[in-house]
Amino acid sequence: MSIAEQGTAASTGSAESTDTEASTDTGGLARLDWPAVRLRVRNLRTGFRVDGVLRPIVAGVSFDLLPGQCVAIVGESGSGKSVTARSLVGLAGRNAVVAADELELHHEDARSFSSKRWRRVRGRDIGFVLQDALVSLDPLRPVGAEIAEALRLHGWGDRAARKARVLELLERVGVPSPAVRARQRPDQLSGGLRQRALIASAIALDPDIVIADEPTTALDVTVQAQVLAQLEAMKERGASLILISHDLSVVARLADHILVMRGGEVLEQGSAAQVLAAPEHEYTRALIAAVPGETTRGRALTPGAPEPGPRPAIGDPVLEARDLVKRFHTSDGTVTRAVDGVSFTLRAGETLGIVGESGSGKSTTARLALGLERLDSGDVRLLGQDWSALPESRRRALRRRISVVYQDPLSSFDPRWTVERILLDSLRSERFASGADRDARVRELLGQVGLGAEVLPRFPLTLSGGQRQRVAIARALAPRPDIIVLDEAVSALDVTIQAQILDLLVALQRESGVAYLFISHDLGVISHLSDRVLVMKDGVVVEEGTAEDVFERPQQPYTRDLIAAIPEFAPAGDPRSISPEGDA
Amino acid sequence: MTSVTAAPSSKRSPAGLSAGARLARAPWGLFLAIAFAVLLVVAVVAPQLLTTHLPTTIDYGAALQPPSWAHPFGTDESGRDLYTRVVWGARDSLTIGVGAAAVSIGLALILGTLAALGVRPVAVVIDRFVEILFAFPALLLALLLIAIAGPSAATQVLAVGIGTAPGYARMIRGQILGARNSGYVEAATALGHSRWRIVRAHILPNALRPLVAVFALSIGQSIVWASSLSFLGLGVAPPASEWGALLDAGRAYLTTAWWLVVIPGLVIVAVALAATTIGRHIQTRLERGERS
Repeated sequence: MSIAEQGTAASTGSAESTDTEASTDTGGLARLDWPAVRLRVRNLRTGFRVDGVLRPIVAGVSFDLLPGQCVAIVGESGSGKSVTARSLVGLAGRNAVVAADELELHHEDARSFSSKRWRRVRGRDIGFVLQDALVSLDPLRPVGAEIAEALRLHGWGDRAARKARVLELLERVGVPSPAVRARQRPDQLSGGLRQRALIASAIALDPDIVIADEPTTALDVTVQAQVLAQLEAMKERGASLILISHDLSVVARLADHILVMRGGEVLEQGSAAQVLAAPEHEYTRALIAAVPGETTRGRALTPGAPEPGPRPAIGDPVLEARDLVKRFHTSDGTVTRAVDGVSFTLRAGETLGIVGESGSGKSTTARLALGLERLDSGDVRLLGQDWSALPESRRRALRRRISVVYQDPLSSFDPRWTVERILLDSLRSERFASGADRDARVRELLGQVGLGAEVLPRFPLTLSGGQRQRVAIARALAPRPDIIVLDEAVSALDVTIQAQILDLLVALQRESGVAYLFISHDLGVISHLSDRVLVMKDGVVVEEGTAEDVFERPQQPYTRDLIAAIPEFAPAGDPRSISPEGDA
Repeated sequence: MTSVTAAPSSKRSPAGLSAGARLARAPWGLFLAIAFAVLLVVAVVAPQLLTTHLPTTIDYGAALQPPSWAHPFGTDESGRDLYTRVVWGARDSLTIGVGAAAVSIGLALILGTLAALGVRPVAVVIDRFVEILFAFPALLLALLLIAIAGPSAATQVLAVGIGTAPGYARMIRGQILGARNSGYVEAATALGHSRWRIVRAHILPNALRPLVAVFALSIGQSIVWASSLSFLGLGVAPPASEWGALLDAGRAYLTTAWWLVVIPGLVIVAVALAATTIGRHIQTRLERGERS
């Protein structure tokens, strides 16, 4: 119904006048390719009706989609990029009102399409790859049947032909042994295979336009590389791709044309080379500068932020782990070695990065270091004293020497507590001469993480993601620890917020000399922050060394694969050019 | 330019809705439930304020009269005013209902907490015990207790309380385990807080918060259970006008005097409905409080 409103909502008589306007506000898109344009969008606007009031979400999106071309929409959460994608296929939602000056699919005015017509268009003309394969696939149905269903709905072939087609599609998107996989349910497939099955169902009818909404978010970097290769192959076969992503390095690999969105508006658009190499808008520049990596080490990621001070001298070992082993017993009686003989030493003032893909045992290693998980064998020493060998009651007194920041700060705060109560609680072990002294310390902590006293009476739920993580860091700083364990602490944050938190972490370390044990799946973040790096796979450390050695001269094949899989992204002004192939 | 449909032309807030629309949105069910609950409290505390007769006044001349202006709920076989009996019966019925709910939740609290936080052997024994209780239908368990102790208001409270406790014990255990495995408990452990402090400051408050709503819901349920027992003749003895007993007494006249069964039945349904409505409201309020 939302789309049905488009026809009446958008005026139809002013195409001429908007043409000239459109060509200016799209950065002078070539009009010569007009016959080839598959999807033309001019001044797309989407709003949601809430309590009878229309709230605009997206305004003024315009672009042309050409054969074999990829248009990328880049933005952080709340930028309206997903709403834009959904508006283009009539899926904006029940309360949505979509309007446009022009919305032409294969030169046909799509604004007047009925919802029935849209159902025919989706799948046949436009394939839509949704973000989360686990929730987008029917959990009770084999993936082969799911893909066949898409074919059946559009009356494609007979049963046997559809079956053959499913296998062909799975093969095409790089699913090994498709005949076996087609009979499996989504929960029996890995994340990468699920995502590829989803792509297969989106391209089942060979649509010449494919919209992919965050197709690689939540995938491991090597799997991400495989999925990106599939999308690239699709492009080479002549399909047009609309890619929605928050990740500039993914976008850099595929996009020909980039739209940068924030708060529902397009701030900047142009060819990929132009937007990435010579961004005009301040926000685009901030976005590009915020991408952490090897070349950004020791530099501030937020434009205008003060460069970090001199780095503190690396001191004595504060945390020593020797031959850590942790086994988990699964319900079917098998034993997995989540951590198998991991050793490391963390020194005062140093950052040790542990990087690995999901299931590598990096988070378990962090929990073992924190004494939150019982060791099966091995030994952890904290500040030269027994740590893992102590019973919990004796560990308690030492606990304030080592604190932790989690990926999801919200779940690590008691939902009934205000920021003030959370911080006071973290100061319980400290003695204060007076209540005023204690309040001063709370304010000092807030100041250290760049927050004001106005957040004190608020509940973490009402804070933004970045603010929450700052509160979590303040809580970790409160006992003046020697070590902070950061377990995927910036992974859930938007790029620019992540940059601010990373800058904050660097500054705090320079001020206080605290040591970080930094766990992440993100090689860019690890290489930006770490002095030394541990690469983990299947519970084992496969490579260890200084960040420079590991990233510049990886010794092990796995590390090389991992680094090769990072979509190459060189910010403006970097000596390396943008290479879409990622030939590290 | 062109269309302005998506432009923020109007700044109407939800408050700008028409008066009619706002009235239609008001939570009428909740208002009714609260008003009814207030009436019930008056009936329990001072039933004489709501009635003109006494529940035991016998008037054979007016026996088995259908509802009328003089007797809005009709009269029974002895000419007693049914409305008066229902109002005076509220004290018995609600005392049993609230008492049974309190017994039920109290017992569940002890069992659930021990099952979730007790040392391992204790927890395992309690877990099994609750499972055994679960294996019996609540009514059967209640009947068993009454068979042992003999029918009276006190046994009724105990019987219904014990009969419905296992379900709540399970729920409380689940809540506590959920809180115990939460991120904030781990964060508190990492801060070096003692186990007792974590239980007191985090686990119990978070796990038990939903109990307010559950308690309100279980009052309604207990009244229905208690009435069932009275209906079977296993509760409060006849001269008392407890609602289940009223149902039981009216059963004999079902074909000739429908109001003797239908009206007390409707009152029980209304009480259960009001308790449930209020309970659900508290529940959603609490859940929303957690999220916003």
